[in-house]
Amino acid sequence: MRRRRTSGIVRPSGPGAVMLRGLLFAVLALFCLYYLVPLFVMVATSLKSLEEIRAGSFLSLPREITFDAWGKAWNAACVGVRCDGLEPYVWNSVLMTVPAVAISTILGALNGYALTKWRFPGADIIFALILFGAFIPFQVILLPMARTLGQLGLAGSVPGLILVHTVYGLAFTTLFFRNFFIGVSDGILQAAKVDGAGFFGIFFGIVLPMSLPAIVVTVIWQFTQIWNDFLFGVAFTVGDSNPVTVALNNVVNTSTGVKEYNVDMAAAIIAGLPTLLVYVVAGAYFVRGLSAGAVKG
Amino acid sequence: MAAGIRLESVRKFFGANEVIKGIDLEIEPGEFVVLVGPSGCGKSTLLNLIAGLETLSSGHVFIGGQKVDTTPPRDRDIAMVFQSYALYPTKTVRQNITFGMETRRIPKAHQDAAVEEFTHLLQIDRFLQRKPGQLSGGQRQRVAMGRALVRNPAVFLFDEPLSNLDAKLRIEMRTEIKKLHQRLGKTAVYVTHDQIEAMTLATRIAVMDNGHIRQVADPATIYENPVDLFVAGFMGSPPMNMIRGRLVRDGGLFFAPLGDRDGVRFPIAAAEAARIGAPDGQEVVLGLRPETIFAAGTELPGPDRFVFERPVAVVEPTGPDTMIVFEIGGQDLIARVRPEDAHPPGTPFRFEVDMGKAKLFDAGTGLRI
Repeated sequence: MRRRRTSGIVRPSGPGAVMLRGLLFAVLALFCLYYLVPLFVMVATSLKSLEEIRAGSFLSLPREITFDAWGKAWNAACVGVRCDGLEPYVWNSVLMTVPAVAISTILGALNGYALTKWRFPGADIIFALILFGAFIPFQVILLPMARTLGQLGLAGSVPGLILVHTVYGLAFTTLFFRNFFIGVSDGILQAAKVDGAGFFGIFFGIVLPMSLPAIVVTVIWQFTQIWNDFLFGVAFTVGDSNPVTVALNNVVNTSTGVKEYNVDMAAAIIAGLPTLLVYVVAGAYFVRGLSAGAVKG
Repeated sequence: MAAGIRLESVRKFFGANEVIKGIDLEIEPGEFVVLVGPSGCGKSTLLNLIAGLETLSSGHVFIGGQKVDTTPPRDRDIAMVFQSYALYPTKTVRQNITFGMETRRIPKAHQDAAVEEFTHLLQIDRFLQRKPGQLSGGQRQRVAMGRALVRNPAVFLFDEPLSNLDAKLRIEMRTEIKKLHQRLGKTAVYVTHDQIEAMTLATRIAVMDNGHIRQVADPATIYENPVDLFVAGFMGSPPMNMIRGRLVRDGGLFFAPLGDRDGVRFPIAAAEAARIGAPDGQEVVLGLRPETIFAAGTELPGPDRFVFERPVAVVEPTGPDTMIVFEIGGQDLIARVRPEDAHPPGTPFRFEVDMGKAKLFDAGTGLRI
């Protein structure tokens, strides 16, 4: 694909225009700084030793780069009374997030497909009800959900969290896929029906491969939501089954001993990295999928 | 093997809105029937009812003698070509064509043979590994045709398959569809709003309007003997001239256009006049196809000719013919003359009408008299 550097529209020129552009870039630079300084402080601090942090300014570059804090955050920092670092909790988060994202995405796709392409009486009402789920504040359902998990024998466990996240993600995933499928031509479905395919044959054979953009958006959204969730994690898990967000909180809030800012910063970055990774990897797929699958008319 | 289709008092409601209002139609095996009509007349819905993509509200559909009222599309032994082509965007041309055979678990060797035969026939064998997005409109159209053909069904259904193509390609594909039909001899039902497509392709045309079939007949009959003003006006381009006027009995039967002050009176052909018992003064509509009005003296003389003079209002050259628009009693008429006979606007022109081809319709009911 050829890329043009500008849109080609004729712009005003002259000293006034140059000044305005200068002003525009100054404002943009200011905003960049505003967003990037916290990241800089985190990365810089995580690479410093404790002595350097105490001695210097928190805005200065590290004099000596050391990864000790990262190592400690990963496998030696104390989370509550246990001092194994964040590693086991990162795995908890992975074990929770991956199935929850996968299940909620595939069910959302099925919902959206059924709601748009296999219309049934009351489909709109059902969609409205599902959509309503997107507006329920999560605090409201903490108690009933705790009781439900207890009844199911899933209280305080990772599978319990998977269930919670799947159920509360469905509103969003259904919305995403429903809005995508509504734009898919019914003719394709009719052709597939004449071709002899049934509900699942069309879903897996035709519709799902077409919905890569929707899948990517949903996966990024769901992964970010579930990985970053703190409320359900702290409410429905205990100790060893905590997700990394809860563990991070416990690392930072450990009140015994010296405050290790470098370890805290490293731990925070570790907890945040996976969402960034998913965004970059899935985003790349997204762009490629858009240009490869583009069908006009 | 071709199969016939029979529709028995087929009705379809969308909510309270009756879209198909009791249609009976018998299609012989091997026939090419074109359903034609303006948008919203129900022709596509009728096709979908035959395909099983819509559920009947009442009535019956038979394919090959079998009642298929409750049979899903895949079990009706049909193949369909859609207006939007409806190709599967993520599949290659080959996968698009074989998808129907895959779902029917047809042996691989048979699939390959079918793909080879029909992609060669349609000249798309070079594109088998491409995705639909990489093909031009005409090529996509061919793939859609190929997907229908490989299935070797008893009945082909076409839903305005050519309307997304440009004019030149449309004519090319029209010929190709006709060739394919002659070669395969399968029953085909073809929906279009284009009356030229209908005329060129059909063995029989069903003209639809507002959920009814107005007339079913072979193309020549539809064109020459329309049953009413709707059919007469729909078929033909430029459309038939329809002049409002009165019958005059004055030592013979004449037609006097309304609003005309020059005393032009079209004599009704003797054979026609003998048939018509309508009284003097009855309001009627005279239908004259543009090609039955030409420059006086340019055709071999024949019976029932009538010559009159009018000033030319507008001249519209089309290449092979030139259309001349003129007025009678405030009503615009079109004559089709040879380009060399045309006169500039404003000049008087002597027109000759072949009254033997004129049609009379009742002004109230629109039916042929």
